[in-house]
Amino acid sequence: MASNFLRLRKPYYVESTINCSSSSDQKLVNLSFGINETRNQTKKRQAKEHHGRRSCLDSCCWVTGYLCTTWWLLLFLYHCCLPFTVGHEVPELMPAARLKREGLKGIHPVVLVPGIVTGGLELWEGKPCADGLFRKRLWGGGGFTQLLKRPLCWLEHLSLHNETGLDPPGIRVRPVPGLFGADYSAPGYFVWDVLVKNLAKIGYEGKNLHMAAYDWRLSFQNTEVRDRALSKLKSKIELMYRANGNKKVVVVPHSMGVAYFLHFLKWVETPPPMGGGGGPGWCAEHIKAIVNIGPSFLGVPKAVSNILSAEGKDVAYFRAMAPGVLDSGTLGLRALEHVMRVSRTWDSVVSLMPKGGETIWGNMDWSPEDEHVCDFSKKRYFRFSPSDNNVNNSDAKQVFRVKDPVKYGRIISFGKAASVLHSSQLPTTVLKEILHMSASRNFNSSCWEAWTEYDEMSRESIRKIGAADKAYTATTLFDLLRFVAPKMMNRAEAHFSHGIADNLEDPKYNHYKYWSNPLEMKLPDAPNMEIYCSYGVGIPTERSYVYKLSPSNKCKHIPYQIDTSVDGEDGSCLKSGVYFADGDESVPVLSAGFMCAKGWKGRTRFNPSGINTYVREYQSKPPTSGIKSTAHVDIMGNIALIEDILRVAAGATGEEIGGDKIYSDILRMSERINLRL
Amino acid sequence: MSKPLSFYRSYFLSKTMSFLRRRNGTDSSKTRVADPNIKKDGAADDDKKKDEYKIPQRRNYGSKKWSCWDNCCWFIGLICSIWWFCLFLYNTMPDSIPQFVTMAITGPLPDPPGVKLRKEGLMANHPVVLVPGVVTGGLELWEGRHCAEGLLGKRLWGGSFGEFYKRPLCWLEHISLDNDTGFDPPGIRVRPVTGLVAADYFATGYFVWAVVIANLAHIGYEEKSLYMAAYDWRLSFQNTEIRDQSLTRIKSNIELLVATHGGKKVVVLPHSMGVQYFLHFMKWVETPAPRGGGGGPDWCAKHIKAIMNIGAPFLGSPKSIALHFSIEVRDIAALRAQAPGLLDKDVLGLQTFKHLMRMFRTWDATFSMIPKGGETIWGGLDWSPETETVNNSAKKGTDNSTRNTGGNGNICNTKGVNYGRLISFSKDWAETHSSKIERVDFKGDKLTNSSNCDIWLEYHEMGNRAIKAVADHKVYTAGSILDLLHYVAPKLMARGASHFSYGIADDLDDPKYDEYKYWSNPLETKLPNAPDMEIYSLYGVGLPTERGYIYKVAPPSDCSIPFQIDTSVDGDSEDSCLKGGVFSGDGDETVPIISAGFMCAKGWRGKTRFNPSGIRTYNREYKHAPPANLLEGRGTQSGSHVDLLGNFALIEDVLRVAAGATGEDIGGDRVYSDIFKWSERINIKL
Repeated sequence: MASNFLRLRKPYYVESTINCSSSSDQKLVNLSFGINETRNQTKKRQAKEHHGRRSCLDSCCWVTGYLCTTWWLLLFLYHCCLPFTVGHEVPELMPAARLKREGLKGIHPVVLVPGIVTGGLELWEGKPCADGLFRKRLWGGGGFTQLLKRPLCWLEHLSLHNETGLDPPGIRVRPVPGLFGADYSAPGYFVWDVLVKNLAKIGYEGKNLHMAAYDWRLSFQNTEVRDRALSKLKSKIELMYRANGNKKVVVVPHSMGVAYFLHFLKWVETPPPMGGGGGPGWCAEHIKAIVNIGPSFLGVPKAVSNILSAEGKDVAYFRAMAPGVLDSGTLGLRALEHVMRVSRTWDSVVSLMPKGGETIWGNMDWSPEDEHVCDFSKKRYFRFSPSDNNVNNSDAKQVFRVKDPVKYGRIISFGKAASVLHSSQLPTTVLKEILHMSASRNFNSSCWEAWTEYDEMSRESIRKIGAADKAYTATTLFDLLRFVAPKMMNRAEAHFSHGIADNLEDPKYNHYKYWSNPLEMKLPDAPNMEIYCSYGVGIPTERSYVYKLSPSNKCKHIPYQIDTSVDGEDGSCLKSGVYFADGDESVPVLSAGFMCAKGWKGRTRFNPSGINTYVREYQSKPPTSGIKSTAHVDIMGNIALIEDILRVAAGATGEEIGGDKIYSDILRMSERINLRL
Repeated sequence: MSKPLSFYRSYFLSKTMSFLRRRNGTDSSKTRVADPNIKKDGAADDDKKKDEYKIPQRRNYGSKKWSCWDNCCWFIGLICSIWWFCLFLYNTMPDSIPQFVTMAITGPLPDPPGVKLRKEGLMANHPVVLVPGVVTGGLELWEGRHCAEGLLGKRLWGGSFGEFYKRPLCWLEHISLDNDTGFDPPGIRVRPVTGLVAADYFATGYFVWAVVIANLAHIGYEEKSLYMAAYDWRLSFQNTEIRDQSLTRIKSNIELLVATHGGKKVVVLPHSMGVQYFLHFMKWVETPAPRGGGGGPDWCAKHIKAIMNIGAPFLGSPKSIALHFSIEVRDIAALRAQAPGLLDKDVLGLQTFKHLMRMFRTWDATFSMIPKGGETIWGGLDWSPETETVNNSAKKGTDNSTRNTGGNGNICNTKGVNYGRLISFSKDWAETHSSKIERVDFKGDKLTNSSNCDIWLEYHEMGNRAIKAVADHKVYTAGSILDLLHYVAPKLMARGASHFSYGIADDLDDPKYDEYKYWSNPLETKLPNAPDMEIYSLYGVGLPTERGYIYKVAPPSDCSIPFQIDTSVDGDSEDSCLKGGVFSGDGDETVPIISAGFMCAKGWRGKTRFNPSGIRTYNREYKHAPPANLLEGRGTQSGSHVDLLGNFALIEDVLRVAAGATGEDIGGDRVYSDIFKWSERINIKL
């Protein structure tokens, strides 16, 4: 076959070099070696015709071919050169290479606990629209291509059941286990990739490195009920402990994984029906250290805006820039509404709501970050500390400019005024009133199909809540949410609690809903364990929001939006309706650092056995490139952080790697928080 | 010469040009007539173009050049565009179309067993453990030499093999083990992939466990109730525990599965070599702690409901002998016969075989597949369980009765075949009665070849006389083959013999059988004390399976493998079992029936000394039927070694047992072959 083809091609090319130019003559009879006398004359005309003909489709083909050939050539060259260039880049990215030369060797088994959104999910059983996707990724890796192909189907499968918080009937979506995932869907765990590679360099492999995959949409206890995820994790840790010569494990949770692992710590020591039955000494026996990365111990304000209007900072910006695209039902997309509908079925989102109420997050007129100073116009960040004031006289002006502290305590305020004015000038009875008239909560008769719970609210109450001059703190916020999203909060509050315990001995705190809240649980009795809070600082982080009523009044619309038109003066913390504070872009310093800096420091009632805690901050440097970035997710590639983890995994204690390392105001903020310890 | 050229050219042009004319002719004529300006513009354009390309219009050859290059690009562009267009169509196509097309051609497909059984109301019940076999499990890189920079976490084995096409030698270096220790060479860590992805697909699109998993999922199984017991299939079984703690992991995971399923015991599905691995595991887990898992004597009884061995090489496979001896199997030998130069010669400097052989010989696990039980099981010089030796001469007249023994359709005429002779040097020696063969003892001194070859193989330490001596011994049975391997590859076999044993135990209570090297040999171990457990042997029948080989001494050259399968030898008649130097018997293409079925048909049947607690055993055979058409892929009724995992009947059995059925419920034995008759002929103390 191939030889036939060659034979056919060869004469063609030989031929064409000889009298190619006459190629398109219509009188094919003349086409031979015989010489045509009038050839020179006819040639010009033919050539023109020839090109005239080529001009359309042919030149398209020609261009494509030309581009392809060039592309292939370059690709070929690239691949030829690649093996020679690769060797030079890698060592720099690998702190492990250096540490290995120092003689560091992995000793303690390592367990990685991913956070929300970063774990992969795959389909085990689906509706007919998801045919052929069995055990294919829906989330992570190649999963997102499905979003483009069949968006509604994709959303349907990622939603959970509205009442149970488990799978809807007929759909089973499960977490993807494994470290790298399969190599054909490689970048699934891009988040952990760099860390895993570094760990591998100093001797880690499948038997002493484990990724605790769990379904991050479920509430923590439900991962055990449905998937036995906590039992699996327990068995895995015990196995690694035994199989590696009784070496305790180092746990590295990230983001929401932090709360998940707190839950695990309580679960594993609780007796069987509710817990894992490991007995009171389990943690002391099996865990060396918990290195929390970007921990959201006390929740994130982002979760609030997410629940209220499915918006974050970025979405709001985007909306401001291209007003029509997201809002109007043009294209029939209604992306935000869809997102909201799906994400409200995820219990885990509620675990990220701010915990500790006004004591931690501040009330109407006070917040622990009162002295925080922002200047994002210069993309710089100043610490308000005496030393800074003395040294940077030139910056002092900016520091003093903010006389009136930002009222961070008002996490949601409707209208700019509500976010600035002193509380005495604001109407006080807000929710009580509305809650009382909740009898008037009736169906909007105009909407025949309730999409989000907003559709079940009357216009009136929506307007009342969203009337200007109302502000909500971390405590009153829950009343608001209970009102606008009653079903979800009902469901989720059976699994999570957001308060502060008065008396930790109260037997009610044995219930699992308190286990993931560090302010309502005692750390296990494990005096030799260590807890690290490692997080990035120096990046503006959403802390509170200015909201407005959505202009559109139609059905299936989210009635509230972040008011992106509101901006503070230059150098203010307010930008496009969002007040920023210090943090790692997602988690404010307060949430990430407080427990290690104060709540658990020393021997407190939350930490009765005096587990050592360390605050390790990683400051953002102006050129935030990959290996030095400290943003919430990118920090997983930060070389300083990786080095710390490697050292701890190789046996170092917190003192040996340098104890606390603090750049932010966390100590000062913690001081201002008045919490009985 | 010129005539055909011009013919082709005119033919080709007339085809393409007529096509172009038909489309563009109207256009061009219109422009010419209607709007001369355009034409002028066109001409101006042309001139510009020509200037750009610096091809003077007045010279003929100039435009020739342009045209050729042009044509090339045009052609490539056309192909690409069409390709992209098709790709686009393919991607936008609803997923139901391929199925629709298939249905239109073949008629409605039968429901996959999972769907069918779900309609019957079957639900997930017992957790399931999958034990992959040799070669099918994935391996990934955790630490590599310099040449493998950047491939961390990539698959070395299985998956796409993608990255390693580019650097074959690097790949060989990483996939080989250390010759002395049997572990990784220093500086290299290659580890098994864990999770279901380890062996669901071997390469993209080539399923191994995927079909089984999909069907299990239909009746409600998911990640939490399925466990893939991945292990490094290159290592000897005990070494997987020493290096990776694989056995400990399996134990811990089975315990977890039982605990999280409310005490429901697991159903284990080992495939191929996984069968022996799991035998090893069962002994290991009940052995006290330092050497074993310390699970106590009733661990298996407490945790295992049934073991459903799929394509089980309990007693080894003759294929492994050919692989050890000359890294050949039937298919490779046939390929060599067709293109003699390609694989043998050092042309291209490839030396594929020697590389492969070296790699293969570093893998301890391959020793587990050497035939076990010696002449008692596999037959001696003049008898074998598969042939009726006694009546051979008496039945000479009635040919039909010897062929198709018992009317069950043997795959070839077994009359007069001496299956017992696993290796014979020439066809004559394979057929002559043993009394007429003079065998020369080969155990002489070995003269070392002084030549230095690039690639180390133990063959190079053998002199020509030694090679001749091996050939002069003429025939080898399953017993003497071990001596042969010990002779040609002493170091290798010494390493292998410390991990595996191939004999038959006289006295199973002898304390020496506590040693781990006996644990994977069913003829040298006792099954655990678990009377409620069930053991199934599920295997395919109806495919020609390698059972014996005819070898020849390769044409002497310094650095090649000195023995080859003699592919020129064929049987006398059409249906002869001898083809291309290979004697075939019935089996699943890799494992002969005698190896897969004997233990369950006789060795363990009832209460025997190998099965003191009387665990019930079942033989389930699946007759091979080739796929009806191409669209069916690898078939739903296949009996071949790996494709069996896609066999609907087998999957249905598996699902039923996993959902709680016993062996009696699914119909007990189902046998097509003569395995019971053959087992009868094997004379072994039970």
